[in-house]
This record gives sequence, structure tokens and C-alpha cells, in this order.
Amino acid sequence: MTGGTSHQPGSLVLRGVRYTYPDGQPALSGVDLTMAPGERVALLGPNGAGKTTLALHLAGILTGEGTVTVGGLTVDPADRAGLAEIRRRVGIVFQDPDDQLFLPTVAEDVAFGPANLGLRGEQLRSRVDGALAAVGMAEHRDRAPHHLSFGQKRRVAVAGVLAMHPELLVLDEPSSNLDPAARRELAQIVAGLPVTVLMVTHDLPYAYQLCPRSVIIDAGRIVADGPTGELLGDAELLARHRLELPYGFSVSPSVAA
Amino acid sequence: MAGGHDAHVLYRPGSSPMHRLAPEAKLAATVAFTVAVVSTPREAFWAFGGYAVLVGLVAAVARIPPGWLARRAAIELPFVALAFALPFLAAGPRVDWAGLSLSVDGLLGGWNILAKATLGLLASLLLVGTTTVRDLIVGLDRLRCPAPLTQIATFMLRYLDVLVGESRRMRVARLARGDDPRFLWQVRGFAAGLGALFLRAYERGERVWLAMRARGWTGRMPAGLSATGVATARQWSAAASVPAVAAAVAIAAVVTA
Repeated sequence: MTGGTSHQPGSLVLRGVRYTYPDGQPALSGVDLTMAPGERVALLGPNGAGKTTLALHLAGILTGEGTVTVGGLTVDPADRAGLAEIRRRVGIVFQDPDDQLFLPTVAEDVAFGPANLGLRGEQLRSRVDGALAAVGMAEHRDRAPHHLSFGQKRRVAVAGVLAMHPELLVLDEPSSNLDPAARRELAQIVAGLPVTVLMVTHDLPYAYQLCPRSVIIDAGRIVADGPTGELLGDAELLARHRLELPYGFSVSPSVAA
Repeated sequence: MAGGHDAHVLYRPGSSPMHRLAPEAKLAATVAFTVAVVSTPREAFWAFGGYAVLVGLVAAVARIPPGWLARRAAIELPFVALAFALPFLAAGPRVDWAGLSLSVDGLLGGWNILAKATLGLLASLLLVGTTTVRDLIVGLDRLRCPAPLTQIATFMLRYLDVLVGESRRMRVARLARGDDPRFLWQVRGFAAGLGALFLRAYERGERVWLAMRARGWTGRMPAGLSATGVATARQWSAAASVPAVAAAVAIAAVVTA
């Protein structure tokens, strides 16, 4: 464990995180990463680079070698109470909201996380109301999730995690399948949240819009870490890791930095 | 996904006193009522009439129309067929009716199956018609039902929609590639897709489970989620009135038999 920021709420420290899939395929081969409280960092990488696997390590859902420390608390799979606290601190919004929304109404689904924390009654209700208001979905609280648009579902999925008052929000491909307006609305919501954000994506313009800092992961290893503008301006670096800006876009490193 | 989890075909949304009753009280009452019915001697015809009146009263309180109950009771038809076959197949003394030679024992046996199965089924339908699946699981939990059982029930809740949704999407994809939607032709495509369906449902189920764990799920439905509170003494006594009457009828039937 390092000193300084690693004990502050919302900080994240990964040291030598390694993980091998049950079939023997290596997924993470030694990941080191430090995030300061309130920082927004994009985790960029091609399909199969280990991005989602890394995200699951942050909440102790997968555990391999190495240490993951969130706000000074280190993930220990043997410590059930500690694991519950880690999962409260780390909120993961999954790529497919249909994987996440499973209760009959929006309000109930948002209540699932805080109810797991033991909240009930008025306290639970105010958590749900607060989270739904934060994503602009308060008027849809009694609707069935499967009747919502995809963008609305994703916002409800974000609310379901915000209701647990996380210190670190992990967004897995937050912009996928969103139309341009839903994309912008989600960006506004994320930019206004007072939490540390790790955004897993290969949507480079979205990373540039929201995250001052980016890290590139490829083959289970962090291969670059720096200001998003600088990384995106290095076409050769991007190409080496199967990343590229959409056609017609470019970021000038000198302007961005 | 169509239907949603709690909008299952057997649930009839409403706000009757039956709907508001705590799930554990309803569960216990249904089981007790069924035990009373099953332990009634088959010759006590009047007792079964009494049970039917009780079921009718509860249905009226729950504001469930008879037609709705009858349609859902159709699930019982295979057993009805068996009940009708018994008078022809059973051995022992026989009576002649409309030119048919019927076994007395078979007639009573058929009546026994028909009456008890129908009453038990109607009681169960009244339970699930007024209780959401989530509340049923909460009720089982509160009745100290072993955790593995309630967990299996939770998984069913999660997988049911997954399976329906996946098979619908796969069917649409087949149709889009020119599969003939007529029944017999469809069976072939469906059979070929079954393996893929299983894998897809399994994978999605895994992702749903991961998402549940990420929000702190520990294997029990959180208490704060239940729409109904824990059963009060008044609720318990209201729920107990039905099986109490049924038990009185059953005891009277046993004594007079």
C-alpha cells in the first residue's frame, strides 16, 4: 500500500493485479494503476483486452493475484463484511442495462442495491428518489424497465448504482448503443457527479469529452497512461493497440495538452 | 423483455385486501388449507362443497373473477382425464349408469382426485394471483424456508425472462433470414436453436448474476424491497380464518365419516 491519496475516500490503487481465466487463458498480466479521489479516467483498449475483467476486480467479484485498494480498504475475498463494503464503495454500471435491470419497476430496481445494504422504509425511499433525480428519471419511477428506451434504461442502471452512494463509479462502455442525444445527456450526468469515475470504453471521442486522463490496456497490461488528448494525438500508439479515432476526427497533441 | 418478471401470467395486479396481506401469512394459509382439504375423507361430499364456498369467498375478497380462475385452472386438465378414466379402469364392485358399467371404487377415486386437485389448485391460483413472485420469495424467506430453495426460486425469476427474451430474439433473427414461420417448419429451426438458446441464456444469466453481486446481493432478497411489511398479528389472524374454517370442516368430516 502506498501512502498519501490511497486512504482518501474515492481513491483507487491497483498493484500487480493478475488474473487467469478458468480455461488457462491469461486475462490480466500485472496491472498497476492509481487514481486520485474525484478523478475521471478512461480505460481504453480493444475488444478482449481485459477491460471488463479489470472492472470486475475492482468490486472483488473476480479476485486474482495482486491487491486492489479502494479508499484505503483492500479487497480480501475471505472477508465478507469487507467485501460488502467494497461493493458499496465501487459501483459498476454494466454494458448491457438488460443484464442489470431485473425487478418489475424502475424504483424497485434502483432500490435493490441500497436494500442489500440494509436500508429500508423512508431511508431507502429517499436514496431511490435522489438517485433517480440525479439521472433525470424521477417521473419514470413506477414504469417497467423493459418499456423504457435504451438510453433511459442505461440511466436507470446508473441510478441503481448511484443509490448505493459509491465513491468510485465504474462505467462499462457507457456510450454503446446510445443515440447522440442520449449520449450527450449521459455525459452531462456523469460530468456532474461528485465521485471518482473509471470509464471503460473504446469510444475515444467520449473518453476525450469526459476524462482528462486515459490509460490504454492491451493483452492484460497497461501500455500507456497520460492526458487523454496526448494519447489520442498519437496515432501510432493507438494503431498499435487496435484503437482509432472515427473517420475524419483528429486530436492535435499540442492543442489538447 | 415482454411481461416483465412480476407481470407473469398468473399474477393479477390489484389492491384488494388479499393483495395487501403479507406474503408469509398467505403462504401459510394456503398450505394449511390444502392440508385440510387433502385430509378430508372422500365420501364427505358436503365438506368439499364447504371448501368450494370458502374458495369462492376468498376469490371475491381478492376481486378475482371466476372466468380468470377457470382459464388458469386449465393446467389441471391432464389430471381430469385420469380422474375420468378411473371409473372405467378400476376393479371392485361396479354400478350400471346409462348403459355403462362403472367401478364404485374408481368413481370415488376419480372424484377424490378431481375435488382435491381442483380445490388445491384454486387455492394456489388465489395465492399467486395476488402475490408477486418477489413477494412469494420474501414470504418463503420469512417462513425460514431453507436458503437454497429461495435462491433457486430467485434464479427462476431471473432466468424465465432471459429465456423468453432470447428465444424471441433468435426467432426474429431466423425469420429475417427467410425461415418459414409455419408451425412444423418452425420446430426444426427451433430445435436447432435450442443448444444455442441454452448457451446464450446461460451466459446472460451469468452476467445478470454478476450485476446482482456488484450491487451487494448476498443470496437473499433484501427485506427493504418487499412492498408489504412483515405480517402483523391482525394479518395473521385474518389469513388464519380461512384454514381454520377448513380445518373445522375437515374435522367434522372425519368425525362423521
